[in-house]
Amino acid sequence: MSWLTQTLSSSIGKKLIMALTGLFLCTFLIVHMIGNLQLFKSDEGLAFNTYTVFMTTNPFIKTISYGLYAFILIHAFDGLYLAYINQKARAKKYAKVNNQSTWASRNMGILGTVLLVYLVVHMGDFWYEYKFGHLPFKEYTIDLSEGTIIDTRQMPDGFMLNSKIEERLSDDNKSKTVIVKDLYQEAESSFANPLLVLFYILGMAAVSFHLVHGFRSAWQTLGANHPKYNPLFNFLGVWLFAIIIPIAFAAMPVYFFLKQL
Amino acid sequence: MSLTLKVWRQKNKDSEGSLETYALEGISPDMSFLEMFDVLNEQLIHENKEPIAFDHDCREGICGSCSMHINGRPHGPLTGVATCQLHMRSFSDGDTIVVEPWRAVAFPVMKDLVVDRSSFDRIISAGGFVSVNTGNARDANSLPVPKENADEAFMAAACIGCGACVAACKNASAMLFTSAKISQLALLPQGQAERKLRAEKMVAQMDSEGFGACTNTGACSAECPKEISMENIARMNREYLGAKLTSSRV
Amino acid sequence: MSEWVNNNIPTFTHSDIPTFTYSKLNMTSPQLDSKIPAGPIEDKWTKYKSSVPLVNPSNKRRIEVIVVGTGLAGASAAASLAEMGYKVKAFCFQDSPRRAHSIAAQGGINAAKNYQNDGDSIYRLFYDTVKGGDYRSREANVYRLSEVSGSIIDQCVAQGVPFAREYGGLLSNRSFGGVQVQRTFYAAGQTGQQLLLGAYSALQRQVGIGAVQMYTRHEMLDVVKIDGKCRGIIARNLVTGEIERHSGHAVLLCSGGYGNVFYLSTNAMGCNVTAAWKAHRRGAFFGNPCFTQIHPTCIPVSGEHQSKLTLMSESLRNDGRIWVPKKKDDNRPANQIPEAERDYYLERRYPAFGNLVPRDIASRAAKERCDAGYGVGPSKMAVYLDYASAIERYGKGEANKNNIINPTDEQVREMGKDVVKEKYGNLFDMYKQITGEDPYEVPMRIYPAVHYTMGGLWVDYNLMTTVPGLYALGEANFSDHGANRLGASALMQGLADGYFVIPYTVGSYLAGEIRTGEIPTDHEAFVQAEKDVKDKIAKLLSVKGQTSPEHFHRELGKIMWDKCGMARNAKDLQSAILEIRALRKRFWEDVRVMGSADELNPELDKASRVSDFMELGELMCQDALDRNESCGGHFREEYQTEEGEATRDDENYMYVSAWEYNGESNWQLHKEELEYENIKIAQRSYK
Repeated sequence: MSWLTQTLSSSIGKKLIMALTGLFLCTFLIVHMIGNLQLFKSDEGLAFNTYTVFMTTNPFIKTISYGLYAFILIHAFDGLYLAYINQKARAKKYAKVNNQSTWASRNMGILGTVLLVYLVVHMGDFWYEYKFGHLPFKEYTIDLSEGTIIDTRQMPDGFMLNSKIEERLSDDNKSKTVIVKDLYQEAESSFANPLLVLFYILGMAAVSFHLVHGFRSAWQTLGANHPKYNPLFNFLGVWLFAIIIPIAFAAMPVYFFLKQL
Repeated sequence: MSLTLKVWRQKNKDSEGSLETYALEGISPDMSFLEMFDVLNEQLIHENKEPIAFDHDCREGICGSCSMHINGRPHGPLTGVATCQLHMRSFSDGDTIVVEPWRAVAFPVMKDLVVDRSSFDRIISAGGFVSVNTGNARDANSLPVPKENADEAFMAAACIGCGACVAACKNASAMLFTSAKISQLALLPQGQAERKLRAEKMVAQMDSEGFGACTNTGACSAECPKEISMENIARMNREYLGAKLTSSRV
Repeated sequence: MSEWVNNNIPTFTHSDIPTFTYSKLNMTSPQLDSKIPAGPIEDKWTKYKSSVPLVNPSNKRRIEVIVVGTGLAGASAAASLAEMGYKVKAFCFQDSPRRAHSIAAQGGINAAKNYQNDGDSIYRLFYDTVKGGDYRSREANVYRLSEVSGSIIDQCVAQGVPFAREYGGLLSNRSFGGVQVQRTFYAAGQTGQQLLLGAYSALQRQVGIGAVQMYTRHEMLDVVKIDGKCRGIIARNLVTGEIERHSGHAVLLCSGGYGNVFYLSTNAMGCNVTAAWKAHRRGAFFGNPCFTQIHPTCIPVSGEHQSKLTLMSESLRNDGRIWVPKKKDDNRPANQIPEAERDYYLERRYPAFGNLVPRDIASRAAKERCDAGYGVGPSKMAVYLDYASAIERYGKGEANKNNIINPTDEQVREMGKDVVKEKYGNLFDMYKQITGEDPYEVPMRIYPAVHYTMGGLWVDYNLMTTVPGLYALGEANFSDHGANRLGASALMQGLADGYFVIPYTVGSYLAGEIRTGEIPTDHEAFVQAEKDVKDKIAKLLSVKGQTSPEHFHRELGKIMWDKCGMARNAKDLQSAILEIRALRKRFWEDVRVMGSADELNPELDKASRVSDFMELGELMCQDALDRNESCGGHFREEYQTEEGEATRDDENYMYVSAWEYNGESNWQLHKEELEYENIKIAQRSYK
């Protein structure tokens, strides 16, 4: 074994992998949340849809996203493997246990598994649909001087473009038309289903519990435990990752559900 | 006080054990938990039953022999206290108390409540020392140590090696124990020469003993009779990863 | 004899007085050659070291040394000898060498470093130790101890022992009872723990590289002698019950003291005399068995169930005031007894040293008050250790420091409590944990308890017993502490013996063993010793009586405490001897040892240890009876001044008693005359 595989396969190394991939996923969550906040814009999805195009075509972002998929898989499998060897370290269980640790910290494996299921559903709903499904296109006409949308039009079924987006200036240069894959519409229609909304809320609860421990824990694994900086880690872990981000994400399906009522 | 005890009984390493129930009466609240066990054992001997084997020695909270998992918690309901310093006034008349041995693959049960903790000794053997032969030391004051470092090293060195951290951890991880020794010596100038090698070897030994990994739940520190801090685990992680990245060994 | 079986306490008749054979009065027995090197005391050890025969490295590899016990002395010896190249086998009965009872020492370790620039020197430490020991220790040994004391601190610091430090990064010192300099190094209230863990880590390092073979959960049950030399031991594997033969060219007994003969003591539950006693039975003389140290500041017994006593560090006497009510049987709570009705008896009797008199004196004074009916607490066998005035004093000091003018009483108390907490917090917490009382609010109750045994196997300057090849180190030997040990000197002695004495002195014997070769364990002597051990175990298991070993131990302890404890007299000692014999007889008729010999069986371990304690107890009483004087921890009521102070008899008793075992209840006394050439002998006075 080389020193690197030896390191990564040690108990601390396995945790290091969890921490590094986990923290990367945390930064992804921030980006993902900020981008998705555009769902709340009342522009019938124009900003969100063009953002989606950017995210799926920019070569830099694309490269990162492959890394992201890999990290999700590594985080999941390393996590499951750790959970397996950890429970093997205590073959015979206690008859009575009175834990002095938080529920979340003891159930990272279960929370992670919930999140994995959530991710499969979520990616099936949106990522897969966007990439391989037959999403409709939408045309927006924008007044360039005002910046307002003058007109929108659902493209007919079977309409196809060579790319995900097509922009065209009007002849008088006063307005432009944008035809773009309408993922916004997909969100709107999906979240009309209350069961899916509930599933997403539960998913975000799992994110909250996973990260209230995970974020702080990742830093601890990386060796960052210092009385001067612990309050910062705790603050970010609790407020940003366990409260703001999950609530912002959960607000999205709720928003669409309420909107269509 | 009258109590009902449910105690793990196991003939030897290879046999299956089970919880046995015993009724005890006339227990004084001033008794220590182990003295209560003495009374129970006397009672068992009178009934011609085999007394319960349990590890204990100094009975003043420093040798680290005692190792009872009491009502779901290593060393019982108090914090910062080993079983031997737990007194019956922490319980109420009529209580049922469940007493089990430490449970970990790396701590096999040998009999009743007695477990084999020699894995801890092997972890220390792997590197928990400064390699200085007798007679080679220079004058003690020729090596000043900042007070904060000395104090912090002392706090880590206060570990009594009882294994409560392993017993409390849902993963039966020995990271608090191992990190306490790595920390102590990493904080002191005396430990610098072997700093990297020590971290690498002690962690490798810890892993080979079958302890789990750390999930940072903090249960170990919460149950530690000497309240050893989780900061030590963070330091061990730094020491280990730093050593792996920078040591000359391939 | 028959009435003993009915377990009546036998009445004493003159003809029952045990008979001893004396060697010629005040003449050292020819069998006790202390091998003290010639020359001025300050040169003895240096000269010895440079002239002692050496064993060359290739020969060391072929020589095996057995170390029994892994406390400070054992762990340090095993590690040091292994570093030197000897093959070492180390044994301990605990599950790990780190659990030996040295771990529980609290206060500190003395060393003549003179880091505080207060005039300390090797000579002063030597002088204080000999005087503290009431002139019953061997000069040359004590001088050597003082000489190597500084190296111990160097060695421990190099190992990473986290001693307390000043802000400048240098080592901190504190003062301890009976001494005028600050020479005690410490690590909070856990000095013994830190020193032992240092020695333990050195030992584990050698275990890791295969130089020491470690046998945990093993108890030594006999020594094996071939042609007069110690050649090995018989040990029992406490897990499997297997009886094992181990051969070695030298055997080092580092098995600690025998304070548990009193049942209640500050020793750990497992501390026992078995290893030393078996050696004694095989020919090692037992030195000064009656010299026992009673520590004055322990938490009092709370009831019949009590299994052990807990020490509160002697350092508490630096700030606490000890008192009892002036009125007999005063049942008022302590805080309601007005100042004028309190008797600060130590300050009254010993104005010069006050609450800081040496341990033996403080202990006896407490006993005297309680026996006279002034004791406090539910048992009336306790005195108060009061921190109220220290809290007030520190509080006022803090108020001054913080420029608080006219602080309220409440403020003063709170600030004072904070200071006390910083200095003694862990001890106060421990007291509260054990008694359920808050010592910041009510005075602590303390009472003396057995703590340390100055007596032990007689050894010469090389630490060798009267059996060639058999050594005793640390508390197990009759030691450098004479009749009373000063605080913070036990750790010093254990480590001195293990790190700095035995590595040199063992060479003088082993240099003659290089041609011996491996010692086969199928020799007749091994077979016989193993058989003896097995027979005894079988006998213990075969009695199948009604009474637990624990019960016998408790009974023995009561006899010892009542009659051979803090104060002794001839009549009680004589009756104690008979009582112990009767108890021993009853033990072998009525003990019930559950379980079998071939499994982990703590009851069997205990029974075996108790049976040895019962033999030792008799010898202790005989020794106490022989010593018709009061000195140090040995106080004979017949020999005291009118004010109740000890009266030493240097004319007739300035000797080490070394007892030779000649069969059951049959000992021969040998004397080693003590000569003081470097210290002027004086009556100890702390008035």
